[in-house]
Amino acid sequence: MPIDGKVSSANSRWMNSDGPDAGIVVSSRIRIARNLAGVPFPHLLEQEQSIEVIDKIREALENKEAADNIGNMSLILMNDLSPFERQILVDKHLISQELLNNFQSKAAAIRDDEAVTIMINEEDHLRIQCLLSGQCLKEAWKVTDNIDDGLEKTLDYAFSEKLGYLTSCPTNTGTGLRASVMLHLTGLKIISQLSGVFDAISKLGLTVRGLYGEGTEALGDLFQISNQITLGQSEEEIISNLISITRQILAQEQEARQVLYRERREIVEDRVYRAYGILKCARILTLDEAMRLLSDLRLGIGLKIISGVQDKLINELMVKIKPAFLIKITGQDMSKRGLDIARADLIRKEFENKSSAKGSE
Amino acid sequence: MFCEKCKQRPATVHITEIINGQKQETHLCEICAKEVKIQGFGFFPQMNLNKFMAGLLDGDFNSGGYSQTSTTGKVCEKCGVSEGQFAGKGLLGCSECYPCFEEKMLPLLRRIHGNTRHVGKIPERKGGRARLVKEIEVNKRQLKEAVSREEFEIAAQLRDKIRLLEKNLEEGGEG
Repeated sequence: MPIDGKVSSANSRWMNSDGPDAGIVVSSRIRIARNLAGVPFPHLLEQEQSIEVIDKIREALENKEAADNIGNMSLILMNDLSPFERQILVDKHLISQELLNNFQSKAAAIRDDEAVTIMINEEDHLRIQCLLSGQCLKEAWKVTDNIDDGLEKTLDYAFSEKLGYLTSCPTNTGTGLRASVMLHLTGLKIISQLSGVFDAISKLGLTVRGLYGEGTEALGDLFQISNQITLGQSEEEIISNLISITRQILAQEQEARQVLYRERREIVEDRVYRAYGILKCARILTLDEAMRLLSDLRLGIGLKIISGVQDKLINELMVKIKPAFLIKITGQDMSKRGLDIARADLIRKEFENKSSAKGSE
Repeated sequence: MFCEKCKQRPATVHITEIINGQKQETHLCEICAKEVKIQGFGFFPQMNLNKFMAGLLDGDFNSGGYSQTSTTGKVCEKCGVSEGQFAGKGLLGCSECYPCFEEKMLPLLRRIHGNTRHVGKIPERKGGRARLVKEIEVNKRQLKEAVSREEFEIAAQLRDKIRLLEKNLEEGGEG
């Protein structure tokens, strides 16, 4: 099984930046929660029972009848990975941070193109997710729905006619669906209009979070917007609601960028080129600084100030400059300063490989 | 960077201590930081989702003031989790907890979602009947609306459709 590729390469399908509006809507994610009927939820399972659940799901994944629905998946026991490798999967958004707690009883099945992950024994027995580039929520739901149907051929789901899919936490009961988009909202941030947008979002039953989910900071001006309500609305309603709000935020962000570029051209260009210059030359870079500079560079790509650098590189770099990946490729744990030096080295080399940037004037 | 103590989790607590002009940095994960109980860092805000929900439950569950880990309130026969444990952790024990704690669950679900009725996907194998029931319900609602609008032709069509669906349901077929 090509497990090693999942942790030694920084690329996943969502990073390719080939989806609709991928310059701003970096990725779309659909996640559904499912549980096995008659089996206690993961947090109550003993190690042995957890392994039984993993085996049961492994069988369902290998069921020939469901092969068309599911595709080529590799099952990875979290216990078989080093702490750094596990963290790399989190950094690539393939699994959640939650899967690292009590990792001995957890597993993940990852599709070859890394667009689909099934987390096993996270908060629920199954968390099926599909992650795609750009605004692709409908497509991601189609994929997830299909895999869900495939697994249901052999797995007995905990389902009630009245309450829908039964989940370990009542905040997921019903559809078990969490749909989200990751947005790069640097323009709105620069003109200090983010809070207004977020206020409106929260009034519409959606929630905004930082890059790595609950309680995390918005590193690199990336924000995740997702639905909160899972009961009393159909999957289609939840998704089209998020799509229409994403469309509005996208328009606002585009407008903000255009206004900025029109009214403050020199300042915007200076900011972008300054970021590019530091990224190409610096010898010590903290994660925060690097993420901020990459965000500025992404803005420059979006406004066509910079050519010769693609969003895809930025997406991959966001994973590569995290401690876990730096440690993995250098083969040793490092002090904070050591990491900052390794990070600057890696970024410099990546840009040396790319052709030089040209102004678009 | 990984936690200096357990080397398993990312370090999220960074402590800089200056003692007699000597600067010392420590990088720990939240769990290890709690364990070593560094002065002044013993407190971590507990406003995560599960805890927040336990707060929501308080009105219904904890009015008796029972402790969060004790086996108070109803106990689920299947998994042994009590209402008290649920209120403490915010997580149910198994799918049987839902019918078991129903009278407390429904108000809670209404608070979270503003609703207590699933209208989304129904699994194919498990929900064969449920799918038919749902379709009949939808048609009955439309029939009522058609009658109130005095659109009797449409109403008659809907009535026929409902009869057909109900026949399918009686025969236990897939429709």
